[in-house]
Amino acid sequence: MKQTSRFRMTKVFGALAATTTLAAIALQPVRADTPAPIEIGITASLSTIPGAAIANAAKLAVADINAKGGVNGHPLALVIEDNQASATNAVSSFQRMVNQDHVVAVVGTWISEVALALEPWSARLHMPFMVTGAASNDISAFVHKDYAAHKYVFHAYFPSAFLAEGVCDLSHDVLVDQLHMKSAVIISEDAAWTKPLDAGYAGCLPGAGLSVLKEIRFSPDTADFTPIFQQAEALNPDIIISGWAHVGVQPTVQWADQKVPLPLAGINAQAGSSAFWKATNGGTEGVITTSTSAPGVANTPLTIPFTDEYQKAYGISPAYSAYSTYDAILALAAAMQSAHSTKPDAIVAGLEKTDITGTQGRITFLGQSSPYTHALRFGQGYVTGVAIQWQNGTQKCIWPANLANAKPEFPGFVKLPKLASAN
Amino acid sequence: MLILQILIDGFAISALYALGALGFTLIFGVSGVLNLAHGAVLVTSAMVAWYVGTNEAAGALAGAASGVLAGVITAFVTYAVVVRPIQRSKAIPEGERELFVLTGTLLWGVMLQIGLGYIFTTTPVTVHQLVSGTVDIMGVRTPTNEILIAVMSWLTLGVLWLVVNRTPAGKRLLAASINPRGLTLMGVELGQVYLLAWGIYGIIAGIAGVLLGSFLGTSSAYIPALTGTAFSIVVLGGLGSVTGTVMAAYVVGYIETLTAYLVSPSLRAVPALLLLVLVLYFRPQGILGRR
Repeated sequence: MKQTSRFRMTKVFGALAATTTLAAIALQPVRADTPAPIEIGITASLSTIPGAAIANAAKLAVADINAKGGVNGHPLALVIEDNQASATNAVSSFQRMVNQDHVVAVVGTWISEVALALEPWSARLHMPFMVTGAASNDISAFVHKDYAAHKYVFHAYFPSAFLAEGVCDLSHDVLVDQLHMKSAVIISEDAAWTKPLDAGYAGCLPGAGLSVLKEIRFSPDTADFTPIFQQAEALNPDIIISGWAHVGVQPTVQWADQKVPLPLAGINAQAGSSAFWKATNGGTEGVITTSTSAPGVANTPLTIPFTDEYQKAYGISPAYSAYSTYDAILALAAAMQSAHSTKPDAIVAGLEKTDITGTQGRITFLGQSSPYTHALRFGQGYVTGVAIQWQNGTQKCIWPANLANAKPEFPGFVKLPKLASAN
Repeated sequence: MLILQILIDGFAISALYALGALGFTLIFGVSGVLNLAHGAVLVTSAMVAWYVGTNEAAGALAGAASGVLAGVITAFVTYAVVVRPIQRSKAIPEGERELFVLTGTLLWGVMLQIGLGYIFTTTPVTVHQLVSGTVDIMGVRTPTNEILIAVMSWLTLGVLWLVVNRTPAGKRLLAASINPRGLTLMGVELGQVYLLAWGIYGIIAGIAGVLLGSFLGTSSAYIPALTGTAFSIVVLGGLGSVTGTVMAAYVVGYIETLTAYLVSPSLRAVPALLLLVLVLYFRPQGILGRR
């Protein structure tokens, strides 16, 4: 009895296999007619807000490029792999994408630890790798130190040093000039990207007009933030400057619950996504964070169409990493188009010559002489990012002045310096 | 001022720890099951409470109620699908059943974790609070929700004490924890006692999950740490001892709070874990353990 059923199963499988093979052969000529797609690998932690945004934005970029005829007549296709925020998973998935799927480049990851683990593999396998959400200074510093080996890595987002500069510019223009603040306490999560960020803050905040009273670092698995806020409040600063990406919901909610009387600004990466309002039950009201762009903000003519398209497709606004990923894939496509090649060295040469308008601004990469080789060029006329503030459940842009669509406003429990409240 | 702050903050977090570990110790005491899916039950309740609570039409109270209900359902499913079949399996030798139940609940917890991560993503969310605002307690600005959490935790502890010590059904629970064979000889169906125990477990874990989610936030990624904390507290207090669990929760809660305020917030968990290792060396039965 058992024998017969096993025999029958073998027959069924045999028939299935035969049909599949036949079908594959039958399909072959059809495939030969259309040009083979150019495969691009995406590595991201898909269950996180910035990770999902990377994959979502990549899909939109590929659809938009294919709608305009693809690259040199070839359509683009994506291989999306979930690295589950683990460096080990990311490395094996990177190798699989290169060796089995024959991707021409890998794009993604918002976690510096993952990006730094993939960097040597990009060098070994000569695989162009564009980091679109992680911020450690080391990502581009390694390219600078050993260009010949690491030239395949492009940091299509900002190193922490530039992120800190963005917050300092915001502090100077808004917090000091408009709100008359004088002192700050820095509260950052303990992670690879915040070490250079805190150093950057400490270096540029005083120049912007905010003296730094203390730097507090906490473990990313902290659950109760009361002691941290108490410590900050006891020092009587005018504002808390944050460096948060792995955490976001808990400190923000507890800040609102405990009615911590200090305004909260800086980098609160998850607050860049519209999903943050629901996740915090509105606790994010009044929170200021820098980001790449925001709904209704036109960094370039491409920004609003992209934001709207994203919102329509996924029901939430794009997180910061969505804009950087979309731009990275535009740059990659342009590089392959101009080089008429998908060979690694040709792509690198093409990317180095990148000068396109993306959703964030004018996209170019820094050269070999910069200590941040292959990082996105930061500054006026290129990409500066924006500062958004949550006001009545929506994200408003409060900086830079040419893009701002609202003035800063804070919940009632926040105490502002005397001069400002008199205004 | 700082001392008062530590006292208040530590009291609320310890009460929450006690409630979170209570169900774990109860189910071990009554039926000898170490439920390593405990963290998953807590987070399931919190996630459901968040999901329903953020829905405009439902509101926070309906959210909390659905969360508790989800806790009860998850508890019964855990018992019916994982624990009972292993306990009744003839293929597993008598002496190895506890180990199989341990493994079974561990794997079930991992399944729930992956499932919750798939449905709700691993991004943390916060359960809608039943009360908002802050109260000034002698100069310490305390969130009203924190007070509610402490009150609800102690209320649940009190009700459990009354049920166990003052009702016939509760007395059977107590008897089952002391001498299950004797209880069977008295003509009591042990299966029904266990069913009651898992029902009570579900309610307690549901309340704990919802309160935890409103205070510290919730995410499927927290599941292993929550199971670990509950396990540590229960081992410290003595497996199966409710009073020991409450005492241990306060010891751990206050040590953590003191460390966070006086040493560094990033070292919060370390001293309590060191204490646990010392307890395992010198008093393996815990503070009030029976064996």
